[in-house]
Amino acid sequence: PFKRYVEIGRVALVNYGKEYGRLVVIVDVIDQNRALVDAPDMVRCQMNFKRLSLTDITIDIKRVPKKKTLIAAMEAADVKNKWENSSWGRKLIVQKRRASLNDFDRFKLMLAKIKRGGLIRQELAKLKKQNAAC
Amino acid sequence: MVTYKFHQYQVVGRALPSETDEHPKIYRMKLWATNEVRAKSKFWYFLRKLKKVKKSNGQMLAINEIFEKSPTKIKNYGIWLRYQSRTGYHNMYKEYRDTTLNGAVEQMYTEMASRHRVRHHCIQIIKTATIPAKLCKRESTKQFHNSKIKFPLVHRTVRPPTRKLKTTYKASRPNLFM
Repeated sequence: PFKRYVEIGRVALVNYGKEYGRLVVIVDVIDQNRALVDAPDMVRCQMNFKRLSLTDITIDIKRVPKKKTLIAAMEAADVKNKWENSSWGRKLIVQKRRASLNDFDRFKLMLAKIKRGGLIRQELAKLKKQNAAC
Repeated sequence: MVTYKFHQYQVVGRALPSETDEHPKIYRMKLWATNEVRAKSKFWYFLRKLKKVKKSNGQMLAINEIFEKSPTKIKNYGIWLRYQSRTGYHNMYKEYRDTTLNGAVEQMYTEMASRHRVRHHCIQIIKTATIPAKLCKRESTKQFHNSKIKFPLVHRTVRPPTRKLKTTYKASRPNLFM
């Protein structure tokens, strides 16, 4: 019934607070509610599980590894690519891109949407005509 | 990263020198208080109970805050305390797992308040120590002494990422599966 476990090496996404949006690795469990959490570009800190969303990715590390071993393990497990190719990761990238559009980009997006809508409607009209004919 | 309410201070003081006693004994205490003023006051409170000296005939020599040496290492803290309940004084030994001693002490205060309704001014910390894993007495700390610890998060509460995005009504029921 459960697929994602809190374990040493589980990659999680921070979903609340100052570190929102960061991918971190659970490096040790403090107690029932908190974990010691680490990422290549931040100081190791403790976080409540309520602030973490577990992902499917795990890496192979021992309890509380040194920063170098952590980075090496993350490279070996290829966390970055796995995350960016996963559907969750891709959705986040798209969200970020959409939030960072400027007005000209939004204009271009509008034109592209209209164009795509027009093509779809053409195809639909063709299919309707075929259907109506037979 | 977390702001702790209780800070640990090292307070050093002695009685004022007099004709009978040119060099009075210097006493040092490590205590927990929310700020330095309270720490000094607590120092005199405890010293009065141990020696015949008051703040008026004593002098404070030093007060320094003690910071955690390794705040990224998880330790098991044992805290011995003496607290006043509604019927009398009791001693207690409690264990906590935390990264810093200040965090463990804060956990202790909040747990005493919740479990025994003891307010923080009725609690005296006798001793604190970092306990190696073999000597821990409580099952609730010993269950985390597992290098292959693994458990699922059973109930996922969906929270908006900032309090600004909080709404009273939502369009759909939440999905609680992790």
